[in-house]
Amino acid sequence: MKQVIVRSLFPVFLLFAGMAGMQGCKPKGTSSAVSGNAASKVYVAPGKYDEFYNFVSGGFSGQMSVYGIPSGRLLRVIPVFSVDPEKGYGYSEETKPMLNTSHGFVPWDDLHHIALSETDGIQDGRWVFANGNNTPRIARVDLKTFRTAEIIEIPNSAGNHSSPFITENSEYVVAGTRFSIPMDNSNGDVPINTYKQNFRGTLSFVAVDKTTGNMSINFQILLPGVNFDLARAGKGKSHGWFFFSCYNSERANTLLEVNASQKDKDFILAVNWKKAEEYLKAGKGVKKAVSYAHNTYNEQTHSATSTLEKEVVMLDPKDCPDMVYFMPCPKSPHGCDTDPTGEYIVGSGKLAAVIPVFSFTKIQAAIAAKAYDGDYEGIPVLKYESVLYGEVQKPGLGPLHTEFDDKGNAYTSFFVSSEIVKWNIKDLKVLDRVPTYYSIGHLSVPGGPTKKPWGKYVIAYNKITKDRYLPTGPELAQSAQLYDISGDKMKLLLDFPTIGEPHYAEAIPAELIMKNSQKIYKIEDNQNPYAAKGDNFARVERKGNEIHVYATSIRSHFTPDNIEGVKMGDVVYFHITNLEQDWDVPHGFAIKGANNGELLIMPGETQTLKWVPEKPGVFPFYCTDFCSALHQEMQGYIRVSAAGSSVPLSFSTGKTTPDSITTN
Amino acid sequence: MKTAKTIILSLLAAGFVLVSCQEGVKKDEKEIDISALTSDKNETHPPEIKAEDITITNPLNQAWVDSGKSIYSVKCQSCHRLTGEKLVGPGWQEVTKRRAPVWIMNMITNTEMMLDNDAEARKLLELCMVRMPNQNLTKDQAREVIEFMRNNDGEK
Repeated sequence: MKQVIVRSLFPVFLLFAGMAGMQGCKPKGTSSAVSGNAASKVYVAPGKYDEFYNFVSGGFSGQMSVYGIPSGRLLRVIPVFSVDPEKGYGYSEETKPMLNTSHGFVPWDDLHHIALSETDGIQDGRWVFANGNNTPRIARVDLKTFRTAEIIEIPNSAGNHSSPFITENSEYVVAGTRFSIPMDNSNGDVPINTYKQNFRGTLSFVAVDKTTGNMSINFQILLPGVNFDLARAGKGKSHGWFFFSCYNSERANTLLEVNASQKDKDFILAVNWKKAEEYLKAGKGVKKAVSYAHNTYNEQTHSATSTLEKEVVMLDPKDCPDMVYFMPCPKSPHGCDTDPTGEYIVGSGKLAAVIPVFSFTKIQAAIAAKAYDGDYEGIPVLKYESVLYGEVQKPGLGPLHTEFDDKGNAYTSFFVSSEIVKWNIKDLKVLDRVPTYYSIGHLSVPGGPTKKPWGKYVIAYNKITKDRYLPTGPELAQSAQLYDISGDKMKLLLDFPTIGEPHYAEAIPAELIMKNSQKIYKIEDNQNPYAAKGDNFARVERKGNEIHVYATSIRSHFTPDNIEGVKMGDVVYFHITNLEQDWDVPHGFAIKGANNGELLIMPGETQTLKWVPEKPGVFPFYCTDFCSALHQEMQGYIRVSAAGSSVPLSFSTGKTTPDSITTN
Repeated sequence: MKTAKTIILSLLAAGFVLVSCQEGVKKDEKEIDISALTSDKNETHPPEIKAEDITITNPLNQAWVDSGKSIYSVKCQSCHRLTGEKLVGPGWQEVTKRRAPVWIMNMITNTEMMLDNDAEARKLLELCMVRMPNQNLTKDQAREVIEFMRNNDGEK
């Protein structure tokens, strides 16, 4: 009897199971690309930490964003080239000099690429560099504080795109001109169509001090007016060399879309920078009068200073043979990436149907044998076949950038066909491909550009978002995707939105950074000349028409918090010292009507807000960052009187009857 | 018997289909790879100070009184007056008579622990409504503050 029942139910059960199966396997658009245990692989439980920090360019936001991987959680936006009123960056008197340039105060830039500092070709977690593309600059962010510590402007440059890219011991970060221009010390007032005569490109080698990280332009190389696009340092056996892709070998100055795409091949420029150093030492460099800003942030004074530098040393390949060589590369090359061994240089012609892979060994042999295919503006052009290791055939459409894993594989992004293609460096065979959503630009494997890739993931940074998230009108967040590369096949794990336009990014194991992360600024070490280290120093002083308020803040009051005697025509400087010495207890400061941002003052720090009263009256100020149960009470008043008023300067905290009660 | 075998095979097959197609909801613990650094990170505290760690002697150590005073002016004065007046926190007058040195020193160096666990500290929190900040004093600095407090309370 029992058997009968089972048998009669059996077909029903099979049908049911089959339906369940079909339901589960039915393709559902792009979400079907997510398979298996994707959710558990990106799930970082509340209170737990991500495995990697991901430093991502903020593109036209001018900032750098920091995400946790694999969760894709936004951890911080570091203000670099753009003002950030949330953090007072570019608004406080102390930070304004960081954005000074030879053109004056520039409140914005376009941050494209990231370079983490390296020792022996391995990420060391000390600094992260980034380039400003519009007004050429390189910034250094200190990873103890996640703050911009230094910005150096690049003279003789425009469109600073092939930057900052770093050598294996952080000897140099570089800068190359995507836009050639008349040199700074020449008469720039020339017809634009004299491009070929008057416009030049330069590569700048910016030295990084081993101990302090401080940057200085060691030398520039004067080059023909091609458009330098991306770059990578050699490593291992190719250490001492740098490779720069360039397009517009046509040297067009109008409608580049068409006119710079005429030639079948453009170039990768191979620079022997050790040789350049020798020429520099031998006095082959020519000093050029220029003007560029060099801004540094002092952690003791909590203040930036901006210095205008006046000179660079220029090396001209005409005087320095065997320093630079052009290598032909198909169709307007974009990416130019060296593999972990330093032997292979992968060029990506963005209009090409193949990926050429060059061999460093063959480059050396070709140079020794003078296997030249003529010259370009006096610079030897190496024969394509003599330096080529091989080509990846039919990889996809529009190759842009290549990163590497720890198993001898390369991952190339394809903008036009919107995919990541995995291929083997040795046999150049395509192994796998996954779609990206949509139109990928850069990509990042943790440690991908170094001698020691950590592997595990590849992250796609896309140029188009469209329908990936809930719609937010015409303007959308940017789109990134995380893929698992631990197996043979790449697996899509996660979508996450990013700020600005994410260009390049690097990821680094969290443990290399978190252990050094600073929690507070020690009040004892505060050397800001306007610090009030304790209430005994809280005061208000008049210097001519300047009023200096030296105030302290601690949970939850300002000292002083009642100020009188300010007159129209005065300029008021609020110097606020946060006396807290506990992690994550910043105090904010804002005053009604200020044509300015706020201050956000970290524990132990002093920051200054400039305020120009525009009419007599009483103006409240308050703490903007919720600090305690009595945060709402953390406020004060400043009284502004008419220009000729006799109200004496006074200040107090906790007094209901000021020393001087005056009305007029 | 044949039927039973078929059923088992079919059940296995069905089970396979279900598993392979419902991975999205399936928890595969083995696949989670979270390294040691993703463990819980609780707030770290210096070791609790014990009464026997503290030696109170007379006459006062004048050097400690002086450095205690300068620490006070930078890190404490904003909230604590030297009189009995309560500002944000209690005034310090007679504090060395009200509290044992070990209590004060833990309040200074292990603020979070005291505010969470100590009944007297919790009472003060209810009174003042602002959690006393941990001002990152070392044990030695806290001891110097004690000397300054004793001086303030008229000890010689």
